[in-house]
Amino acid sequence: MRYLYYPGCSLKGTGKAYDESLVAVFDKLGMDAKELPGWNCCGATAYMSVDETKAFALAARNLALAEQENGSDPIHLIAPCAACYLVLNKVQKYMAEYGHLREVIANSLKAVGLNYHGTVKVRHPLDVFVNDIGLDKIKAAVSHPLKGLKVASYYGCQVVRPYAEFDDQYNPQTMDQLMNALGADAVDWPLKTRCCGGTLTGTVEEAGLRMSYILLKEASKRGANIMATACPLCQFNLECYQGKMRGTFGDSIDLPVAFFTQIMGRAFGLEAKRIGLQRLFVPVKAAPAMA
Amino acid sequence: MSSLQIQVRIKHQEELDPDFANSIAALPGGENLSRCIQCGTCSSTCPVSLYMDYTPRRIIAMTRAGFKQEVLASNTIWLCASCYECTVDCPREIKVTDIMYALKRRAMEEKVYPKRFPTPVLAKEFFKSVLKTGRSNEGLTVTWMILKTAPLNMLKQMGLGLKLLLRGRMALGVEKMEGDPTQIRRLMEQVEVEEKKTH
Amino acid sequence: MFMENKASDGEQPRVGVYVCYCGMNIASKVDVEALRQFAEKLPNVVVSRTYKFMCSDPGQELIAQDIKEQKLNRIVVASCSPLLHDATFRKACAKAGLNPFYFTMANIREQVSWVTANSAAATKKAKALVAAAVARVAMHEALEKKRVPVHADVMVVGAGISGIHAALLLANAGKKVYLVEREPSIGGHMGQLDKTFPTLDCSACILTPKMSEVKNHPNITLWTLSDVQEVSGFSGNFKVKVKRNPRFVKLELCVACGQCVEACVFKEGRVPDEYNIGLSKHKPIYMPFPQATPASVLIDPNACLKLSRGKCASKCVEACDRAAIDFEQKVEYSEVEVGAIILATGYQLFDATKMPEYGYGKYPNVYTMIELERLVNAAGPTQGEIVMRDGRKPKRVGIIHCVGSRDKRHHPYCSGVCCMVSLKMAHLMRERIDAEVFNFYIDMRTTLKGYEEFYDRVLHDGVNFVRGRVAEVTDWAMTPGEEGKLVIRVEDTLIGVVRRIPVDMVVLATAMEAHDDADDVRRKFNISCSKEGWFLERHPKLAPVSTFSDGIFLAGVCQGPKDIPESVAQAGAAAAEALSLVDKGFVEIEPNSAWIDADTCSGCKTCIPLCPYHAISRDEQKKVAVVNEALCKGCGTCVGACPSGSAQQKLFTDQQLHQEIEGVLNYV
Repeated sequence: MRYLYYPGCSLKGTGKAYDESLVAVFDKLGMDAKELPGWNCCGATAYMSVDETKAFALAARNLALAEQENGSDPIHLIAPCAACYLVLNKVQKYMAEYGHLREVIANSLKAVGLNYHGTVKVRHPLDVFVNDIGLDKIKAAVSHPLKGLKVASYYGCQVVRPYAEFDDQYNPQTMDQLMNALGADAVDWPLKTRCCGGTLTGTVEEAGLRMSYILLKEASKRGANIMATACPLCQFNLECYQGKMRGTFGDSIDLPVAFFTQIMGRAFGLEAKRIGLQRLFVPVKAAPAMA
Repeated sequence: MSSLQIQVRIKHQEELDPDFANSIAALPGGENLSRCIQCGTCSSTCPVSLYMDYTPRRIIAMTRAGFKQEVLASNTIWLCASCYECTVDCPREIKVTDIMYALKRRAMEEKVYPKRFPTPVLAKEFFKSVLKTGRSNEGLTVTWMILKTAPLNMLKQMGLGLKLLLRGRMALGVEKMEGDPTQIRRLMEQVEVEEKKTH
Repeated sequence: MFMENKASDGEQPRVGVYVCYCGMNIASKVDVEALRQFAEKLPNVVVSRTYKFMCSDPGQELIAQDIKEQKLNRIVVASCSPLLHDATFRKACAKAGLNPFYFTMANIREQVSWVTANSAAATKKAKALVAAAVARVAMHEALEKKRVPVHADVMVVGAGISGIHAALLLANAGKKVYLVEREPSIGGHMGQLDKTFPTLDCSACILTPKMSEVKNHPNITLWTLSDVQEVSGFSGNFKVKVKRNPRFVKLELCVACGQCVEACVFKEGRVPDEYNIGLSKHKPIYMPFPQATPASVLIDPNACLKLSRGKCASKCVEACDRAAIDFEQKVEYSEVEVGAIILATGYQLFDATKMPEYGYGKYPNVYTMIELERLVNAAGPTQGEIVMRDGRKPKRVGIIHCVGSRDKRHHPYCSGVCCMVSLKMAHLMRERIDAEVFNFYIDMRTTLKGYEEFYDRVLHDGVNFVRGRVAEVTDWAMTPGEEGKLVIRVEDTLIGVVRRIPVDMVVLATAMEAHDDADDVRRKFNISCSKEGWFLERHPKLAPVSTFSDGIFLAGVCQGPKDIPESVAQAGAAAAEALSLVDKGFVEIEPNSAWIDADTCSGCKTCIPLCPYHAISRDEQKKVAVVNEALCKGCGTCVGACPSGSAQQKLFTDQQLHQEIEGVLNYV
């Protein structure tokens, strides 16, 4: 199957390691997933609060480009960033549900020489790895089983909500299955989909910081020695603010937080630099089998 | 002298905005606003409600009743982190997150948010960045936000920025999309034209 | 040719048109005066009138008077649905000496005024419908209703409290009743409850006397472990085929002494006990519960070694000195004829695992309400001692209302009883174990006699009430006091603050829902159901226990959520309806049967296999098809299928339908 890859802005910035490790894993698994040429910002959550229709039009432009790229083949567009994944899915649903919106967007796209027929399927890499590639093939690619690694799989909010397309929205399992397939132990914990604070960490720091802290604390309490994330903003909040959390909450919180694709890359024996391990603030070396 | 602080809490019908509810309900996602049974699921499922001056349930009730001023001035709408927990849990299928977005946009339109409050500024900075380059540049956007809202914080955030720079997680240059970024501007302008047409 | 304005019987039609206001129901949308004037000018119309309520006595009198004075021979009433008042106006015609089938109705309420906001469009459509009715009625013929004798026996399907009550009433009235139950014992859900609200009488104490009355009643034939397979015939004359599954124990010999159960090669129970909702296990040979009726053990063929593998020491056979055990029993089929059928098939409870946010199935100390009913019951798995799955006694209990109810993702309706059940349980938890109790509700619904007073009593018991729908039950502790507890996250909506309340035990008041197989059952009995799966009553106010199939009645929760008193009241109503049908001795049949024009029938036999009532046969001598009028239900299948147009149907002749169409088209 052919895929198109939509990295989104964050994966070219703070989430660079997500981009690097994801592409490396695509390679290792022999997947055809070229980057969507000419892609633009998805509209993102903050943008939605300025002008919703414009945000939808921005998202739709990417879908139109993807459709163009694949001609008549079914188009599977992989969107690893949770916010992009949500917005791209949401515009699909809302264009189908709200006629007025569909009309405005279709006409606007037409004016800049684009067309969208609604045929793109927006996929999260977790979905693709577990449901398309399959756990057996993943297991077969493991050269360094992650023995002793206790992973708290953190899905965050927007991967499973509001569109639980491929996993349960209350107790998702795909990342846990993936981690177990890599030889690690997925820790059962209750906050898998609780919000990390999102942009609040930047705007209302007191609120955002506490939300992230709650997650790290509970994961540690349940015995995790690493947290896996599927979203660049979650990873940023959970990892880069740990120093600040130690100061604010007087707690010795110190838990490596890596993209789930970095953990996959490690198990596949990929070189540390190729999967961006050097970009992490909290070194993963401390965690078993990650050194 | 009395130290007891008192306040008039009565609400007269003419102080309310009778069109407020309809204007919100008419937006995509607002359609089930009137169906709320005030069960409070949205409030209790919300991970941020502990900081809110009105819980999400009360925002829904107040929106429905036309308490426009109070709703738009509340911190609730700005605290919403868009995690969609309320939307998926609501037993009446009310898209609470979408309603929060609609209220944020309305507050910005009517300019009734706290001065120097970072969220609307951040949103606008995102907008500008995307219009120019087709991409949002986190580093630059956030820097502008801090400078515009709390310049003193810049010093506090310097450490974090530096760390990100050192690890190659923040670009000093501007990320630009491939191809013609003016297409984005044209697309956005066309949206405005189309929206006017259908109104 | 169709506009030839001559009546089918050669007489010149003299039509009277009567437009009903139906108070404001019709008049608020349809311009009734304009409609009246329009009708006046239609061909054959002699008189056209309006009236506030045509169905009232003065309204009917108006028609009767015109028939006599104006010599009307055709009547059109433009009002509501024929379902509601066809019979009323036919009777009015008959009273004035006109054959009642010279009448037709134009439905300008359900099909016009109630379904549009546009007054002009409504009036236009009403005119078209009246024009069609006037054109059609000219072609009507005088017809007679047929009388068919009815069978006096009645079948009651389902033997919970509703079925039991209906069966006893009918049996006491001298009717022979077949009571069919698919479980091994009668009693239904009521048999599982501990106490009943608001009087707190013990459920078993008031139910078991009725159960034993059923067993001992000479007029009741009780079939347990049985299912209705097939229903044919019609009101007054149903034929029902019942599948009777083997019990592997001879009912007439077993005295439920229990020695076989004692002797079974399995020393411990191994099958989750349905009566105790899986909170205990029974052996392959077992008594469903102490008061089970019929009072007999039975064998689960899947668990019994002898029946599943053919190999067992069969200690049970040895132990039974009455030789009641019979491994050779097979499925049996019984066919009976009855005049009326009462469906009392009840409900099932919402599966709480469909709401993972409440942790049922994940956290052992989360219970459903029906599980707790068994747990507090003296005959339950713990002999009434309230200990949780982890062996502890709860000190603080959270009862969550509306689980699966009032929720568009599950059931949009209110299950009606859960508030009272939850109040009762709160009371029992205070009384029995002095637990601290929190009830979480959205709206408190205590509407019937004595219910609000009971709420007041429970408030006084010291139960805590939090108005708010619980978002989540979690084992995630944020404070030391929450460690090791189940934490309930809820907004106390009356205070406007989110609360986290740690409890030991969570109880879910799960919704009542239609059985999974409700749709199969409804098809078997040829009745309708609502989109939620509840069997549909003929009219929500005026025929609440009848169905759209004459002779089939509804009792209890299969029609919609109800508590015990309401179910019993409805069962009484259903029994009275059934009695009124079978006691009369005959039914009148609408003269809408099909007939075959023998002159044009080619004898092609197309119609014969299509007839769902097996009413058509072939006259081998004349080589034509013949309809048996007693069997024909007037469905029209043969009429539509006949390639030569020889099959025709009374009240729906080609002429009548063509005229009706012409009437609309001429107007449009």
